Amino acid sequence: MNWLEIANRLFPAGHSIVQDGNFLVGRANVHMPGANVPQLAVAVIGTCEHAEIGVEIALRQAQAVLDIVRSAPGMPIVLLVDTQGQRLRHRDEMLGINSYMAHLAKCVQFARQEGHIVLALVYDQALSGGFLSTGLMADACYAMHEASIKVMDLGAMARITKIPLERLQDLAQNNPVFAPGPENFERMGAIAAIWQEDIAQNISFALSELEEARRQGAADDLRSQLGQARAGRSMAQKVIAAVLAEQK
Amino acid sequence: MKSYLEATARQRIAQVVDANSWQEILPPSARMISPHLAQLDSPVAFDDGVVIGRAQMVGHNILLASQEGGFMGGAIGEVHGAKLVGLLRLALLEKPKAVLLLLESGGVRLHEANAGLIAVAEVMRALLEVRANNIAVLVLNGGANGCFGGAGILARCANWIVMSEQARLAMSGPEVIESVQGVEEFDARDKALVWRTTGGKHRYLLGDCAALVEDDCAAFRSAAIAAMEKFTTLATSSPALSLADLEQEQAQLAQRIVDFGQMSEPMEIWRALGVAPVEQVPLWDCATFLANANAARESI
Repeated sequence: MNWLEIANRLFPAGHSIVQDGNFLVGRANVHMPGANVPQLAVAVIGTCEHAEIGVEIALRQAQAVLDIVRSAPGMPIVLLVDTQGQRLRHRDEMLGINSYMAHLAKCVQFARQEGHIVLALVYDQALSGGFLSTGLMADACYAMHEASIKVMDLGAMARITKIPLERLQDLAQNNPVFAPGPENFERMGAIAAIWQEDIAQNISFALSELEEARRQGAADDLRSQLGQARAGRSMAQKVIAAVLAEQK
Repeated sequence: MKSYLEATARQRIAQVVDANSWQEILPPSARMISPHLAQLDSPVAFDDGVVIGRAQMVGHNILLASQEGGFMGGAIGEVHGAKLVGLLRLALLEKPKAVLLLLESGGVRLHEANAGLIAVAEVMRALLEVRANNIAVLVLNGGANGCFGGAGILARCANWIVMSEQARLAMSGPEVIESVQGVEEFDARDKALVWRTTGGKHRYLLGDCAALVEDDCAAFRSAAIAAMEKFTTLATSSPALSLADLEQEQAQLAQRIVDFGQMSEPMEIWRALGVAPVEQVPLWDCATFLANANAARESI
């Protein structure tokens, strides 16, 4: 899906997002009907064209997050996600790509701690490594109806786990754990909601909701509770609660 | 001397923490097993491959988790991840002196695919929340499976990593890179190359791990105690993220690409760092290596 088309639909009030390679950065205005201030300025950071996340683009995203924290205190940050995952190269491993991914994750978390709302939107594709440090570190991650989210292709998964591909394909039919697709991640609590039509209204509503949750001091991470409530992940929340029940 | 590499998750705990101080939370008798493995006819573990609990280190209360590399390579599934999240959230309530993570994991457990990925994300968030509450998170990485994938990212979210030279720290496994890009890109059977690229000595020279120790449980314990004291006694070393620290890390990681981004062999990096002769690096024992590496680091 074309990032510019998505950006134009998300921000009909205007945006200044530019593409440099597979990296996106800019500002945008979100129309906030009924709010005291009818236009909310947000910072936008993202990747496009199924970017493979190597050390350079991870570091550029981190720099952009730090720039916003320094220059625009409190401004909400919108992450536009389209990635095929981490770059699979010896050179990136040699340079310590996991350190670059962790640095990006820490920058996103730091922005949140400094009061920035971070909203992520998977508008095309999200895969494991590239997704962990961005979309999955946001206050809430949303996905376009057409988006694809997965850990890896079922073929590669079959090779590594030595489970026959047909078996995985069967399981993927009705088991959210194996099936790619945003609706499964939604059931499991990692995707807050799926957006389809009026995405300008969706983002406006989501930003108000997230700001309200912040004001009320909601818990940092509600995904395991959501996963349980939506019957997509039965055990995680039970186990967390069982550990916390051991408090001394 | 007792090998940390060869020890199990529980043996490591017994060697690392104060004697008779260990109390396990959700022990195997609690039967917290993966809900996803049965449908794949995969064996389950009653602790799902991770041991969590309370202990003391030189008399201070800590919380600790230890991953069992012998069960699915320590990979993180729904229950395994939730035990880690629970422990990290417990730290917010109990305020231990530090949280010690004895990591050994290939990252996301592919047998639990999406649930594993989400679990890793939740653990990362919970870990950083602990740091935000000024509690240090310390990682020991000395197992045969190292830390890869999501576990490689997770380790680098902590305050401090202690490694042995036999341990490995990276993102994608060499086998995965070889299967996607071909053997010319990364020959996974070339163990010396794998070690030079991901092993403890290389990570120490780059600054990705803070301490390098012998493959010895007592050495890991000493390094953990030293790190714990550093973060709890020095006013200058707050465990929380700060803009100054992140900007410094940003500059370091950018400089690394400038200095080494055109290189294709870890030995070229060691040479550029002034460690000589580089052919000797794999042969040096830990003390000799540290003497040479620290001299090179200081001369920069």
